[in-house]
Amino acid sequence: MSIFIDRNTTVVVQGITGRDGSFHTKQMIEYGTRIVGGVTPGKGGQKFEGTVPVFNTVHDAVKATNANTSVIYVPPMYAADAIMEAADAGIRFIVAITEGVPVNDMTRVHPFVKEKGARLLGPNCPGLITPGQSKVGIIPGRICMPGNIGVVSRSGTLTYEVVYQLTRAGMGQSTCVGIGGDPINGTNFIDCLEAFEKDPQTKAVAMMGEIGGTDEQEAAEFVRTRMKKPVVGFIAGQTAPPGRRMGHAGAIISGSAGTAAEKLEAFEKAGMGIARRPIEFVEQLRARM
Amino acid sequence: MNIHEYQAKELLRAEGVPIPPGEVATSAEQAEAIAKKIGGMVVVKAQVHTGGRGKAGGVKLAKTPAEAKEVAKKILGMQINGLTVHQVLVTSAADIASEAYVGIILDRASKKPVFMVSPAGGIDIEEVAAKTPEKILKLPIDTRYGLQPYQASELGFFLFPDDVKKVRAASKIMTQLYSAFMKHDASLAEINPLVVTPAGEVLALDAKFSVDDNALDRHPDLVKLRDETAEEPSEVDARNSNLTFIKLDGNVGCVVNGAGLAMATMDLVKYYGGEPANFLDIGGSSNPEKVVNALRIITGDPSVKVILFNIFGGITRTDDVANGIVTATKANPLEIPIVIRLTGTNEEIAMKILQENGFSASSDMDEAVKKAVDLATKGGKAA
Repeated sequence: MSIFIDRNTTVVVQGITGRDGSFHTKQMIEYGTRIVGGVTPGKGGQKFEGTVPVFNTVHDAVKATNANTSVIYVPPMYAADAIMEAADAGIRFIVAITEGVPVNDMTRVHPFVKEKGARLLGPNCPGLITPGQSKVGIIPGRICMPGNIGVVSRSGTLTYEVVYQLTRAGMGQSTCVGIGGDPINGTNFIDCLEAFEKDPQTKAVAMMGEIGGTDEQEAAEFVRTRMKKPVVGFIAGQTAPPGRRMGHAGAIISGSAGTAAEKLEAFEKAGMGIARRPIEFVEQLRARM
Repeated sequence: MNIHEYQAKELLRAEGVPIPPGEVATSAEQAEAIAKKIGGMVVVKAQVHTGGRGKAGGVKLAKTPAEAKEVAKKILGMQINGLTVHQVLVTSAADIASEAYVGIILDRASKKPVFMVSPAGGIDIEEVAAKTPEKILKLPIDTRYGLQPYQASELGFFLFPDDVKKVRAASKIMTQLYSAFMKHDASLAEINPLVVTPAGEVLALDAKFSVDDNALDRHPDLVKLRDETAEEPSEVDARNSNLTFIKLDGNVGCVVNGAGLAMATMDLVKYYGGEPANFLDIGGSSNPEKVVNALRIITGDPSVKVILFNIFGGITRTDDVANGIVTATKANPLEIPIVIRLTGTNEEIAMKILQENGFSASSDMDEAVKKAVDLATKGGKAA
């Protein structure tokens, strides 16, 4: 088992002929992901790499392939529209990789996706991977290995760092999910924790948060009240100056809400393990399993 | 992106928000001329991207144009929270009977823009929120439908419970503020204070406006409002090179790919007893040019004693980064030590490139950070 994706997940790539889209589609196919179609308006009827059928619209792609998942690599100004198109076409799980989507666009997208009953991951996220089965997004496959640690993170490369350290220590992963660094995003920590708690393969969870907002505090409360599996947390940005945007639009400390200290305190209160450095995930998880 | 008060007021004026007349001046003489044109008592206000202007002496009343000139002379060139004042807004002074707060912010929790209004205006809204939360009304807006008239009126009644005339005036301003917020892709729009004059007029006396950086591509008109003199020069240089850079006070210069890993690297520098000199994210796509620019910006800071690269290659190809390091240091030889950690995509090729050019590199993050901190604290010279 795993969460959100497995070897049966069928994926359509929105923006398949673009620079990032084509590069990562090849990587996903190589990893074993079932890419059943792609969408680029005006290129319907073509074949990507001679094998993957390209459609003009997501509706066409879903009708022809029955895809249940989509991954989005379109430019930021078109990303909101692409997400809504996927939800409207009946896609159940939408993974938006695109970075730099205007935040106001996302305020329209959210209620729409919710009404359609779809799940959104991202935007501005690396996607997710169920090692040995399927990857949707851009997480490098070779740093992962199948196992029983669930990984959830707001960052991209920091996730790779932790996964790499876990794999080196022989601790495989059930699913690794990057929820993205934007202030307004889809799937959040709690959604992932809830799924990991239910997943029989997952035995423990590594969670990487960062400064800004209160998502980590709410996640800690969820761990305290609703989870039996051990969770180890990390917060990036302990040395960040207040009020500045640290790359991720969501990482702004406003007033007292969102500091690393507050978040770590919430983790402690929830009885979670705390990794002060990425490498400490290994010992902290080991001690709790 | 933050814009100045006078620019924010222009955006709001264009929507019809009533604002006392005013113009911006860059010299004391100009300030005098504007004061003369406006007539009567004026306020001279420093235009800088920081709060606490009043407390710092950057906001002063002037009864006559001559006094406006004198006051402007004092304010222009003044330092407020480390920022130099290059412009002042000269605006008509209004008589104030009461002050309120009106703002719209993007709220992560509700995933919507949220109106925040309070009859306790003129002061720090975060203080009001902490001490007297009952004096604040928060109202999330569904952007698919926009601000509805009944909502605007609800906000107005919260400010002026027993004066329908003022409620109507305030509601109209709410609608205009919301319109400016959406039209310009704001992440924050604030009128503080919204005042009532003794004659019962409702006016916006101060305005604050931040534009969502992600939306700037579709607002070339707003990009022109950016005041680069109000920012740290190295940060302007970084932005023009497509790098995300924030200057800090330490001496370990950090070059990292990815915001989360960049923050984690800074934290690890601190963990091992050092102080990061900056936050720098070279981003996902690795063109060697970015590395060259990153090195130029970091070595431009004289307090930097050591350079630390921490690259985890996913989309970023580590051989591109290695090539960037070689190119940059050939053109401008480094005078301070460099510590390189890279792992991931094309790691073997990258290591070979570095070795052939006399650099050593590690694949372990903790090891590299520790080494960089040691070099910085010893003030080491050679690489």
